[in-house]
Amino acid sequence: MSNQTTKLVPTPGQTVGPFYGYALPYEKDNELLAPGSPGSIRLQGTVYDGAGEPVPDAILEIWQPDADGNIVKQTGSLVRDGYTFTGWGRGSVGYSGVYTFTTVNPGPTSPGAAPFISVVVFARGLMNRLFTRIYLPENQEALAKDPLLSSLDPERRRTLIARRDPDGGLTWDVRLQGEGETVFLDFQ
Amino acid sequence: METQQDLSAEINAIGDAYARAVKDGAPAETQPRLDYAPYRSSILRHPTKSLHHADPETIELYSPAFGHQDVHALEADLTIQHNGEPQGERIIVAGKVLDGDGRPVAGQLVEIWQANASGRYIHKRDQHPAPLDPNFTGVGRCITGPDGSYKFTTIKPGAYPWKNHVNAWRPAHIHFSMFGTDFTQRIVTQMYFPGDQLFPLDPIYQSIVDQDARDRLVATYDHELTQPEWALGYNWDIVLTGSKRTWTENEALGAAGDEE
Ligand SMILES: [Fe+3]
Repeated sequence: MSNQTTKLVPTPGQTVGPFYGYALPYEKDNELLAPGSPGSIRLQGTVYDGAGEPVPDAILEIWQPDADGNIVKQTGSLVRDGYTFTGWGRGSVGYSGVYTFTTVNPGPTSPGAAPFISVVVFARGLMNRLFTRIYLPENQEALAKDPLLSSLDPERRRTLIARRDPDGGLTWDVRLQGEGETVFLDFQ
Repeated sequence: METQQDLSAEINAIGDAYARAVKDGAPAETQPRLDYAPYRSSILRHPTKSLHHADPETIELYSPAFGHQDVHALEADLTIQHNGEPQGERIIVAGKVLDGDGRPVAGQLVEIWQANASGRYIHKRDQHPAPLDPNFTGVGRCITGPDGSYKFTTIKPGAYPWKNHVNAWRPAHIHFSMFGTDFTQRIVTQMYFPGDQLFPLDPIYQSIVDQDARDRLVATYDHELTQPEWALGYNWDIVLTGSKRTWTENEALGAAGDEE
């Protein structure tokens, strides 16, 4: 690879708009593995706007390691065979602003690391996508050592940590604005 | 409801303030403003706190893999999805997906969706009283080639009205969704057509306040891509943000792309 001297300027993003609904969703888009299969959990939550109202036209994508912390390089996310875990899924909210995924608890990608799911949020009225993370609530020691979480004050840090449901699932809400506003990330 | 005049006054005031700021030494903005009130739906949907800088870690430094079992080759032609030919001006839209260092993004998923030639989407929420086209759905997908190239055959979408303000019309556009080699490069955007008279009036296009940045969303008419007696050609390259991953030599040469 030759030396790159000039960086190109990235193309701007734009809102996903209101009409993605017949284009981006596809069969089993939110089922990273079949519901009810061993090790599967439900990840769910609600997307809220700055008035605390559910956002009925948002779409989320998740990308995560498998339960052992391996980063998966398998194709087949769009045409799922029901067996291959690809680590990626897409879930649109319903009228009540609720999204749902069937997935596994992500494993730590290195010993002692805090496991998390990478998330990107799109919505009508949102001018550009937003990145964030969903951390598992369990390992307090790992959470305390996490570089991102430890750079946030406790109130903001909470917005990135999911709640564990009695059935073993995870609940994690997105607040686009205002009280309890989710921490969104800039990687550049 | 506000008039176009009200909206245009807001758009122009923001544009003028930006031009002054740049003149006073502010850096050029390359992305849309999240807080852009002329697009009314954004008012309650933008974060008020600035984005938190983070170094991408582990999973974020990789992208999901898509292959040819995910996308059929025919999905790149939006004009053959039904029994008949769709109405409208047939076009070819082609270009490359590159990362911030100019490296081609090989073997990655590109998705598009668009209105038909009359400016109507096949979507239950589209109330525009323009005709649906039984021969046009307006959804396409492809996987980029080893050189990052993509190519769709479709029809030119029409402009369409929306409810932001009285007499609000979107310039003709095709929605594009792309992945890079790192998940942090994920982008959804819109491609526009050159010379559209609706550009100055549209709060979504104008949410990118910098003219050079806006120009990056406008395709170029390409007569080399135009096919005789068949279709007009438009070229549009997409540049993703820079990759933060340490690349192996094989990856840098494109060997990580889908090789089926
Ligand atoms: Fe549109």
